[in-house]
Amino acid sequence: MEISILIGGKAGEGIDQSSLIIAKLINQLGYQIYVYRDYPSIIRGGHTFSIIRGAQRKISVHSDKIDFLLALNEDCIELHKNRLKESTCIIYDSDVLKPENIPAGSKSAGIPLTKITKEENAIPIMKNSCILGSFCRASGIKWEVLDQVFRNNLHKELDQNLKIARRGYDEAKETDCKIPKASEKTPMPVVTGNDAISLGLVNAGLEAFLAYPMTPTSGVLHFLAQQAEEFSLKVVHPESEIAVMLMATGFAYAGKRVAVATSGGGFCLMTEGLSFAAMAELPVVIVLGQRPGPSTGLPTYTCQTELHFALNAGQGEFARFIVAPGDADEAYYWSAAALDIAWKYQMPSFVLTDKTLSEGNFNLNTDSKCFISKAELSPVLWDGNNAAGYKRYQITETGVSPLAFVPTKDAVVKINSYEHDEAGITTEEPDITKKMQDKRLLKEKYLIQDLDKLRTVEVYGNKDASAKTAIVCWGSNKGVCIELGEKLGLKVIQPVVLSPFPENKFREALKGVEKTIYVENNSTGQLERLVRTYGFKADKMILKYDGRPFSLEDLEEELKK
Amino acid sequence: MTDLNTSAKNTWCPGCGNFAILGSIKAVINALIEEGTPKEKIVIVSGIGCHAKIADYLNVNSFYSLHGRVVPVATAIKLANPELKVIGFAGDGDCYGEGLEHLLFAAKRNVDITMIVHNNRVYGLTTGQYTPTSPLGYKGRSTPGGSKELPINPLEIALASGATYVARGFSNNMDLMKKLFKEGILHKGFALVDVLQVCVTFFNMYDYYNKKAYELVDHNTGRFDDAMKKLREWDYNMNVPIALGTFYKKEDTTFDENYHQPDIDKNKRLLKIQELLKKYI
Repeated sequence: MEISILIGGKAGEGIDQSSLIIAKLINQLGYQIYVYRDYPSIIRGGHTFSIIRGAQRKISVHSDKIDFLLALNEDCIELHKNRLKESTCIIYDSDVLKPENIPAGSKSAGIPLTKITKEENAIPIMKNSCILGSFCRASGIKWEVLDQVFRNNLHKELDQNLKIARRGYDEAKETDCKIPKASEKTPMPVVTGNDAISLGLVNAGLEAFLAYPMTPTSGVLHFLAQQAEEFSLKVVHPESEIAVMLMATGFAYAGKRVAVATSGGGFCLMTEGLSFAAMAELPVVIVLGQRPGPSTGLPTYTCQTELHFALNAGQGEFARFIVAPGDADEAYYWSAAALDIAWKYQMPSFVLTDKTLSEGNFNLNTDSKCFISKAELSPVLWDGNNAAGYKRYQITETGVSPLAFVPTKDAVVKINSYEHDEAGITTEEPDITKKMQDKRLLKEKYLIQDLDKLRTVEVYGNKDASAKTAIVCWGSNKGVCIELGEKLGLKVIQPVVLSPFPENKFREALKGVEKTIYVENNSTGQLERLVRTYGFKADKMILKYDGRPFSLEDLEEELKK
Repeated sequence: MTDLNTSAKNTWCPGCGNFAILGSIKAVINALIEEGTPKEKIVIVSGIGCHAKIADYLNVNSFYSLHGRVVPVATAIKLANPELKVIGFAGDGDCYGEGLEHLLFAAKRNVDITMIVHNNRVYGLTTGQYTPTSPLGYKGRSTPGGSKELPINPLEIALASGATYVARGFSNNMDLMKKLFKEGILHKGFALVDVLQVCVTFFNMYDYYNKKAYELVDHNTGRFDDAMKKLREWDYNMNVPIALGTFYKKEDTTFDENYHQPDIDKNKRLLKIQELLKKYI
């Protein structure tokens, strides 16, 4: 039992908010939800739509075929004709669309949204409430459910919105397109990937956050700025990404757990600061939201083209942690781990996301303890023993130097972007240069030991020894691959950590597999290129790089080829 | 007196104006410690260039950062812990060239840090190219026919951007430097002290500055218009008298004091997250 609803209209008409309300309505009926948002990089005009999918399992992909089409303008019909099934129910604004605009033979209900909104002296955006009312009536969702969801989610003009929704509700008729209740379970929260990343960071003790706004990770900045008081965060929006990264190192120096967020273009400006953070051994988490490039590319669309950029950014050679969560639960748990790892190993730590994960909506289950388990990820702090004076870059067995932060009595804390000695004083001596480079690289070895205790490679789908074909995917392709793996009897392997690459676990997951199919949202197969350096290779690659994520149908068709 | 020396060997050229800056700041830091500022609450930040070696030569908390990036680092350290006294050292190529944007924003925000700019009007460490404050026609290795652009007046830019303390020193006048550094550090708000620091190797201006420089007397530091007029007297190009001292000083709210951070029980984060998530249903 599952359900797909598309709502569309002009950019700026409130589609985004409406799709979230629909997701929460479906969520109330016991479905787990996923919302795909498609919007252009403009503030007003252009076509915007969302597809809300509900299922009786955890999902993170949309389906091309829809059960409901909620059309606020003409484009909605024209652009989404191919998504209609015989049973699709179309609800449209009869003041904008005439019955002859509606494909012949389809079930439809025209509601005078514009007229009703005018009669209620409401602003045009409130047409959304009207169509949501009509949708509830047509799909058999009880008025009380809508009333409750509106009360929980609308903070402005609630009464007027409810009144308009009621008129939409009364105007429509019950149809046979009923959405049945899926379960009696308590609904789980509906969040974006950006919300989940933010909450994960906060849970791991985030104290400061800096960002220059950039799609698709601006949501992290907005969320944390909104929650700054509640969680005692210092949230700063500085003059550029250069300042963002350098400020982050300043916060880390003063002992504040800090993160930044950006996308590829902003990350270009951060790379000098990234390399500095590695040299200075200042812990910083970078939330990197990929979007189609090169250059400005498609700002509001999706892709997975920055894996190698994250792997190689910054001059010099240094270790870094990179995790690519595949849904909100993973984003929540691994963002926390990323912050812990940055602090334990005093190295840059990345949460690699994309528009699909960052701006899609998912159910979040914070009780699930499945991702992080036994690893001890506390930072190593200086014990205050001052016989030899504090040495910020003390050479130790693990390469990790004990941390002291300013101000600490009797500790002079010296940070340096030049090669330096243990005390942090500049050096050009060959011996110390080599020792210090070895020390910094050594940390990776111990990080790998910690990561061995975590689920860095996930296996889904057909886990039997008989499964000879495996789909290999990363990041937001997780959901679509799992559903199709299960449907088609294929194993699904998802490396979650990409640096240091979990070579042994990946090899283990591939045991018995004779054919691998790599599924990626890029044109060159970036994961495939990475694993090739470890001796693995793809038998087939399914690459999509038109800015849109795979739908279930897209990928199924490709897998069957 | 606290010993502020380190084991690092000093590699500035003999006669370099940086020695006088180092000597002055040591005296000021010592005075601050004697007057009750704990040494661990003093943090210096430097960029990259000859000036920046000061981080190696001073036995205090230091952050030897990147070319042009002293200001964002210093800003963040102050935001992270407003109890710290954060003193940034930068060069003119560093702070007025590659990092100019940050300087404007720090002034705009009136963040409570002090920037001391070693303005020798030449790139020393990269062996003698023109900088944003070199005079028109300056012949350096990148401008063998003479620079074709006028210099900027950094003090004018800082004041126009909102700096609340603006001063100019000279590396051949240690008493004045000590006075300005201390004033700048104790000033609540963004302070810029531009120091005409002489590079003996690539742009030796000792004789010129000795002839042209004079200390401000009877100047009203509380009036923006007076300050602007006075610091425009010399545009870093014309052959006119060069005023030294404090041009402007004004108390105002600072960026860092506007960051309110309530104490929260850190063990309750998860509980608070779960409470918050109830609104997401």
